[in-house]
Amino acid sequence: MSALQTDVGDIERLPEKDRERLALTGLEVGMQNRCGSFFQIDQNVIQTTCGAEGIEMIPIKAALEKYDWVGDYYWNAVSRDKDKYTQYLAKQENPQGLVVIAHEGVKVEMPLQACLFLRDEPVQHVHNLFIAREGSEINIISGCASSWQKEHGAHIGVTEIYVGKGAKVTSTMIHNWNPGISVFPRSATVVEEDGTFLSNYVCMQPVNRIDMYPTARLVGKNAVARFSSIVVATPGSTLDLGSRAILGAENASAELITRAITTGGTIISRGHILGEKDNTRGHIECKGLILKDGVVHAIPEIEGTLTGTELSHEAAVGKIARHEIEYLMARGLSEEEATATIIRGFLDVKISGLPAVLQEQIDAAIDKAESGF
Amino acid sequence: MLDISDLHVEVDGTEKLHDINLHIGQGETHILMGPNGSGKSTLLKAIMGFGGYTITSGSIVFKGTDITRMPIHERAHLGIGMMFQHPPAISGLKLGKLLGATSHLGNDAIEALAQTVNMEHFLARDTNVGFSGGEIKRSEVLQLKVQQPDFLMLDEPESGVDLENMGLMGKEIANLLEKDVHIVNRRRSGLIITHTGYILDYLEADQGHVLIDGRIRCHGNPREILRVVKEKGYGECLRCKQM
Repeated sequence: MSALQTDVGDIERLPEKDRERLALTGLEVGMQNRCGSFFQIDQNVIQTTCGAEGIEMIPIKAALEKYDWVGDYYWNAVSRDKDKYTQYLAKQENPQGLVVIAHEGVKVEMPLQACLFLRDEPVQHVHNLFIAREGSEINIISGCASSWQKEHGAHIGVTEIYVGKGAKVTSTMIHNWNPGISVFPRSATVVEEDGTFLSNYVCMQPVNRIDMYPTARLVGKNAVARFSSIVVATPGSTLDLGSRAILGAENASAELITRAITTGGTIISRGHILGEKDNTRGHIECKGLILKDGVVHAIPEIEGTLTGTELSHEAAVGKIARHEIEYLMARGLSEEEATATIIRGFLDVKISGLPAVLQEQIDAAIDKAESGF
Repeated sequence: MLDISDLHVEVDGTEKLHDINLHIGQGETHILMGPNGSGKSTLLKAIMGFGGYTITSGSIVFKGTDITRMPIHERAHLGIGMMFQHPPAISGLKLGKLLGATSHLGNDAIEALAQTVNMEHFLARDTNVGFSGGEIKRSEVLQLKVQQPDFLMLDEPESGVDLENMGLMGKEIANLLEKDVHIVNRRRSGLIITHTGYILDYLEADQGHVLIDGRIRCHGNPREILRVVKEKGYGECLRCKQM
């Protein structure tokens, strides 16, 4: 096992409450189901370890020094000048974050974990690069959380993902912030020929604001992208979320799936698929459930520029149908049990190709949130 | 088992059922017939306790307990079960999970029950989503087999079912109503809405009732009622002496 830095002790010394919060985002300190781990508290990388042959996990500064070519991927998918958040990150003299490199043909099902923890600093900045070279397959679970006593703060992160020819990247991100934290991820993915990119996002705990609109550019034939988001907005939370797929090569396809629940917060669910090459297909599905007063604003956009593209979308926003609740009550469930059962079903977006451990992680995050409905 | 007295039910501010009186004893199966829109489903839903079916006067007593104002799930716990004619499709809720949530049965027991109605491959599917007419009925029967209610209300069990499925359905419904148990020991009772009477090919019913315009117009032998309706239409029931 190559270990650039391993100080698991720092993680183990975290207060119990923080460790619980991190566990909900998928962090496994003991790494029973992980083949690599990266842990950053504020701006400090305290653990980088990877036991998988052919996979490297390196803090970004070290990676840029180790491999010249990593520089080609740095600020490539995401532009430095995209907005004030990327500009802020570009100005950092000491960039922090993680580079994952899956070398050619290396396939590892066991997930790598990347944990970003906001504790003492007002702002955490992170720049990650995930590079899956030709024919490789990796699963990355990124857990982002703030300390239980952190009242205010911001997390600004850029993640650039490169899915090489025939490669597959599954990126699962689980957020667990506090009501005063604002979060601005800026992510983009480039998928080459026959490559597959699966992105899963789960946020079910209170936060001040999350603002993100990751883009996947499918630049190679037969490239596939699928974004699945499961989010809950509690009172005071504003989630402005979207995902975009640009079908820029023949036979590329994309699917953007969102399940959004508000219990009083605001969710803006954007989606955009651009079909600009022949035999491309795309579908956006957004289902929103308003449990208490709140806002779910679905804005699906499909844009085709030639006859050979087939794009569709469906969006539905509403409350739980009364007759569904009564149906389950007629089978003996109380109104509360029936409601929770229906919500659980609503959120049950099974993601094909997701390793069981990651699905369990998502299920655990849903179960935890469900107790609050 | 079930005593309905002087029941009046309103839907959206309009009275749909007028002065219903119905007594169903333990072990008895009753048939409810009537033209479309006469209030048959309304009666079943009022007995089950659905919102939107307001009881303005009268009472429903089940096993000696007044359930007129009781929440739906408590009626289910007391032993009332219903087979829906148009059950909702619930995305994301796997049929197997629903069956697990509504019973104490383990996965193996549920799987075994599912096999009896050829539904074992549907346990991992979303409840009623994309099910055919026959599959919906089998799903409903399976849910009732898991629930094991003492009093079954079946809303048109024949509708949308092909002949082959009808045989299976008829046999399973007869089992649910303990038709194989000697009448003296039979505990289960039922109330079945039927338009065609096909269900009577699979089980015997003890009494029939005809509901027209929200009123029960006659009671009698179910086969005789069926024959009269087939030959002369419901108009004959309006002239029925047993009014």
